[in-house]
This record gives sequence, structure tokens and C-alpha cells, in this order.
Amino acid sequence: MPWITRGLSEGIVTTRYPRRPDGYGPDFHGTLLVDPGRGVDRATERAIGECPTGALSVVDGQVEVDRGRCVLCGRCATLQPEVFRFDPSFDHSTIGRSALHVRGGAEDEETLAWIRSGLARRTKALRRSVHIRHVDAGSDGSEEWEIAALTNPVYDVGRLGIFFTASPHHADILLATGVGTVGMATPLRTTYEAMPHPKVVIAAGVDAASGGMVGPGYASRGGIGDVVPVDVYVPGSPPSPFGLLHGILLAVGLVGTAGNRGTTGRPGGRADRPRPQGTHPQGPASAVEPGDRTEAGEA
Amino acid sequence: MVSALEDDAFADNAFPAAVADRVEHGARFVGLFATSAPGGTRILAVLARGHAIEQEALLLPAGRTRYPGLAQRVPAAEWYERAILDLHGLEPTGRSRPDPLVFPLRSGAGWPRPTAGGPPRPTDPDPPSPPPSLQGEGVFTIPYGPVRSGVFEAVEYLVETPGEDIPHLRTRVFYKHRGIEKRFEDMSIDDGVLLAERYEGVASVAHAMAFCGAVERVAGVEIPPAAGAVRVVHAELERIANHLDSTVRHVEGAGQAVAFARFSLHKERVMRLRGQLSGSRFGRGVIVPGGVSGAPGLGGAELLQAVDRLEKAIRADCRLLLATPSFVDRLRGTGVVSPELAARYTLVGPVGRASGQHEDVRVSRPYAAYGHLGQPLAEPRSDGDALTRLHVRFDEMWGSFHLLRQAADDLDRTEADRTEADRTGRGTGSPWRNAVGPVSGEALGWAEAPQGEVAYLVELHEGSLVHARVRSASFHNLAAFALAFPHDILTDFAFIEASFGLSIAGASG
Ligand code: SF4
Repeated sequence: MPWITRGLSEGIVTTRYPRRPDGYGPDFHGTLLVDPGRGVDRATERAIGECPTGALSVVDGQVEVDRGRCVLCGRCATLQPEVFRFDPSFDHSTIGRSALHVRGGAEDEETLAWIRSGLARRTKALRRSVHIRHVDAGSDGSEEWEIAALTNPVYDVGRLGIFFTASPHHADILLATGVGTVGMATPLRTTYEAMPHPKVVIAAGVDAASGGMVGPGYASRGGIGDVVPVDVYVPGSPPSPFGLLHGILLAVGLVGTAGNRGTTGRPGGRADRPRPQGTHPQGPASAVEPGDRTEAGEA
Repeated sequence: MVSALEDDAFADNAFPAAVADRVEHGARFVGLFATSAPGGTRILAVLARGHAIEQEALLLPAGRTRYPGLAQRVPAAEWYERAILDLHGLEPTGRSRPDPLVFPLRSGAGWPRPTAGGPPRPTDPDPPSPPPSLQGEGVFTIPYGPVRSGVFEAVEYLVETPGEDIPHLRTRVFYKHRGIEKRFEDMSIDDGVLLAERYEGVASVAHAMAFCGAVERVAGVEIPPAAGAVRVVHAELERIANHLDSTVRHVEGAGQAVAFARFSLHKERVMRLRGQLSGSRFGRGVIVPGGVSGAPGLGGAELLQAVDRLEKAIRADCRLLLATPSFVDRLRGTGVVSPELAARYTLVGPVGRASGQHEDVRVSRPYAAYGHLGQPLAEPRSDGDALTRLHVRFDEMWGSFHLLRQAADDLDRTEADRTEADRTGRGTGSPWRNAVGPVSGEALGWAEAPQGEVAYLVELHEGSLVHARVRSASFHNLAAFALAFPHDILTDFAFIEASFGLSIAGASG
């Protein structure tokens, strides 16, 4: 039985996230941070102009990065390292598209720890497994690799009660990738409609959020947002498995609180969705959504 | 040679004859591209002979939409002609009108036509799916996809069962056509490389290298030696990751749970090593026009250690897998691509190499640092079944490790030289990147992706892109995929698909 001994030889390789943070190394390009304390000087203006996807802008005298567009190319960080820098953190999925617009460095360690513990509680509180239907709506292929990685022994999402399903009829979460090609609009919509309520849609990666480097065109809708109503956005090009896991866990929270919301919404932006109330049995984690926290951090 | 079509008498077969003549005399068909040209459209056939590139061009006057087709005499051109009809509305003569391949919209309105000018605009309404090709009594068509069961890229397979005959498989990749070639127009070269990385995302490094190779050829710029070594490191890690991914798909299809866990763990470790080296698990942002973006995140010595550890673990599991009879028996004799078929379609990459097509542009037209690194000669193979393709992938991984070790040594020496130069104050310029000016011109670039040769035809005007045409190995090899199913389509499907290792994004553009 050589394969069995092979299986035991590595010991435990599974990450402890979300119970414990799992560092990826300080040089990993998990996300782009903007230094909030700095004005908009020449170099910053130049960096904003050179961004390949138009992810940077100035709002109320402050630099804002739209993580739904940022492909993490690092150009701005090279041109103006005092304002822009990479950070290895990965838990930047948001509920609603507008929360991906980030000013300043809102993500301190405390926020991250708070999100993590909240998410761990959510998976427990749901007391059942969650099923995901993946649909590729025009990805570059890398997103599928990172989603498939979630079943490898390091991430092993089965241990969190998360499974992939071939049938939309058994799916709670629609995990969509890609720029939203015109060819995939109907199959994506059909899959969404075949899913039972409550259902939650994750747009995985900047391609799904905005079209990324491909953008809108004759064959691309510049994201999947006008085909299915998106609840959770996962930034990244592609998102890392940790980033995806974070997005999925946010979605699990929505699955768990969907009973409070009444509707599952309509096509279009979801920043305006009714928020779960603090009275929900899941406690503080559902009282404030992380997207709100990010906005609060700017104030 | 350039042939021009003067009038409507396109019985003029000079163009196909010239291309066929080159093929008959030993040139290998690389690709067929349509681009705008003064006064009309140019159809360009690119061929390779040893280390040299050859071209044949045909100028179509504006308004002409038919041209003498190549596919009758050069079968490998068939799918290129289909793509050119879909995207440019140019129809080859000498054959029946081909099925849609990358974009099914056939009405003139809203035709994307790269090079037609103007910004890309949305097509509306959604293009309808064309009907299956076989119709008639007793014909069953079973569609699979485009939403697959499991985490796969979107693609539709139609299994057509015409009565008593052998079922026929059709592959429809157009669902995820993104219109990338059109998007390249007017981009800066720095943006262009970011888009190239996303043409076929699992082969980002190879695409970026082929794109940059074309740009550097236009500019007449050589990359610094250290940049060549870094490019090799990332390209070979990308190859190992892809071959491990294919292996994972194989063992998943065979229900080998422990092997699945092992090989997906190896792949994850390779992805993390790539992440440590570049900050991106796909090596994105590393390759830039003129070199690489900077020093790798690990020194040569650390890299060497990581590579040794990986190789040891992967070799042991590959050995065990090939000694697992229940697994090997599923692959032996499955999905055979005969050497004749491989030659007919000039198949590339591991698919070609398992069937006697040994072309590898790392050897025949070396780029990056491949020219001065010792490249291991893999055992020639031609049995052409899924097992042989897996053997080829394993051979290639050992070759990649061999190259990685040499490149890591090179980097180690560069670090030493660099320290010495800094100490003596003789260090000049960047060791990683040479400047590329606002140049104009057209050139071809290439790289050996894990799937096989990828080629970029790039035209620049004062440093920005006029057009880019992409030939991915996934597209090139797709022609043979349906032909590898001689008997039972369904039982062997997972293995044949895994053993081809094609990227649908790369095939559909
Ligand atoms: S790192 Fe993001 S924000 Fe900065 S230039 Fe690149 S895409 Fe734009």
C-alpha cells in the first residue's frame, strides 16, 4: 500500500486559516495599499495616469484605489513608492462593488483578526455544508487553477464544510470568473436562475468585477455585474486561494443571514443591499459588514 | 514573397502554392494571420525552418472578402482560416464554408474586425449558438458544457452519434472568446505585456516572453544576461506547474485520492515558490520589454535548495504513479494521436512530442538564456497515447529542473559580480532591464509554453501597438483533439482531455 504511506509522510500541511492567520511572506503581492497621509504630488499624479486599468483616482484630495480594477501590476508602486505599496494580506473581498474603492490604509491587524474570528463563527453557526457552483464566464484560465487549489491539502475547504457541486439545483453560492463574455452571458444567467433561494453570487477576480486588462469590448461585458447580481467581490488578478477563501466565507455569512433579508435582489450593484441586523443570533460578526468597516476606517 | 491580388480572378493560386511548396520542402507551418495593410488586408503565413522564420504574404485589396485558401494543401492552416473568417469576415476559397470557431457572429453588423478601426464596441444581441453540423434521422447530439461539471474552463463538447457510425466530437470554444487581439490595438508596450500575460493565464510567462521577444526584435534590444536567467527560472517553473496540473487531472479522473493529494500539494508548492520569487503565483509582472522587472525574491542559493527539495519529492511520486498498474492501464492505448496525424497538423508541445514531432523552440530558436544553457535531450517518443504524453511531461519536468539549477547558478554568479561591481563602483546601468525606445516596425516573437510554441506577431508605431496577433499552442493543437477519440468518447474523456492539457482561454482568445 505505498500510496497510503506516501499520504502520511508529510504530516499536517493544511493551513489553519481562518482560525489563525497564515502568512504568505512579506513580499507577496496580496493587495495594493495607499498611504493616506500624503498629498497628491507630481509623482503620485504620474502614477495615477500610468495605471493600466484606470484603478487610481483622486477623491476629495485623497488618492483612491479601486480594487475591482487593480491588476496588481506594481507600476504605481514603482513610480511613487512613498504612496503606493504592496501588502501580503489577502482578505479584501467586499460585499458590494463600491466597498472595493479604498482610500488610506484601513486594514490594520485588528481589523483582520476581527474579520477572521467573525468568519470562523459564521461557518460554525450555519451548521450545514455549503455548496458552490463555479462558472467560467471568460476567465484567462488562472482563476480556475486557484479555485481548484482550494481542494488541495493546504486549503482543503472540505474541512470548513464547503463543497463544489455540478448541479445548480444544489448550489448555495455561484462562484463566477472571467470578463463576462457575450457567449457566456446566457449560460451564466441560466445557471443562476436554476439555483434555489437563498443564493449568493461571488465575482472572483478583477476580470469578473470590471473586465480587468481586457475591459469591455465587442465580446466582453467588462465584468459579470450586468448578467447576474453580484454580492461579493474578490479582488486580485487572479485572486489567490486565500483571497478566494475569504470571499467564500463572506458569502457563507450571507447564506447564513439570507433569511433576514427577504429578497435576493436584482441585477446591478449590491452596495445598497439590506444589511443583516445586530439582533441576528450570529452575533457581532453580522452586525457590521467588513465593507462598512473599511469605510469607517477612512473617517 | 508578397503576392498581390489585382482583380477578382482569384483563381490565382500563387499564395497557397508558395506556402505549400515551402511546407513540402521542409518548412513547418507556424500560423496564418490577417492584419490591416496599406490598401487592404494582408494575409500572412508564417513558417519555420530550423532556426529561421519564413513568411508568405497575400495582399487583399479593400472590399475583397475572399482569398485562395491554404487548408487543402496545408491542413494545419484550416483552423486559422476559420478564426480569420470569424473575426475578419474573410472567406477562404477552395473549400466549403467552415464552421464558426472563435466567434459565431456571421452577420456583417457589429463584426469585430480587428484593425477595422475605432474602439471596440459591444456586440448586441448575443451571438446565437450555431446548430450542430450533423442533422438527419437517427442523429443524436449530446452537448457537454459550456458550464462543465467541476472547476473547468467554459467549453462545449458536442458528441454527435450518427446512427450506427462512430460518434464524432466537436469542440466549441467560442463561448469564452474575449476579443483580446482587438484590445491590443493602440496599447503601450508596457500595457501590452500585461494583456499578453492574460491571453492564456496559465502560461503568462511564456506569452509575456513571446510578446516581449517581438518588441525587443523590433527595437534591436538585447536583454541583460541576468534577465535571461530570471526568464528561464520563471518559464521552467511555469512548465512544471502546468505538467503537475495535467498530472493532477489524470489522477483525479482515475480516482486516485492519495495521488491527487500528493500531486496537488506539489503543484501548490511550485505556485508558492513562484509567489516568493515574484510576488505573483503566476509570475506576472516579471517579464517586461527589455528584460525583467527586478531581482527575484530569492537568491540563487535559496532557489537551488527549493528546487532540489521539489524535484526529489516529485520524482518519487512520479515513479510510484508509473508503477501503479490500475492507473497506467487506463492511459495505455488511450487517445492515440498517430505520427501521421501529428505531422499533418504540425502538433506542438508535449502532444506533438509524444507523436514524433520534436520541435522545441527553446532549442531550435533559443531565446532568453536558453542558448547557453545545457539542454537535456529527451528520449524521442512516438506512441502517441495518453501514457506517452504523460511520460513526455515527466521527461520535460526533469529537463526543467536541470535548466533551473543552471539558471540558479547563473543568478548566484550575477549576485557575486554585482557585489563586486558595487564595491569597485564600476556597476553601470540596470542588470535587469535595457531601455526600449519608441520604435516602429513589425516582428515575430516566440516562446516554448508548457502547451507548446506560442508566437506573437507584433507591429509597433513609435512605441505603441498597431496590432498583435497571437498563436497559442492550445489553439494550434485543438485541431487534433477531436481526432484523438477513435472509439469510446465518454469513458476516456477525462484522460484524453487531461493529457492534451489545452487552455480554452488560449484557444479562444
Ligand atoms: S498596481 Fe494596481 S493601481 Fe497600481 S498601477 Fe497597477 S493596476 Fe494600477
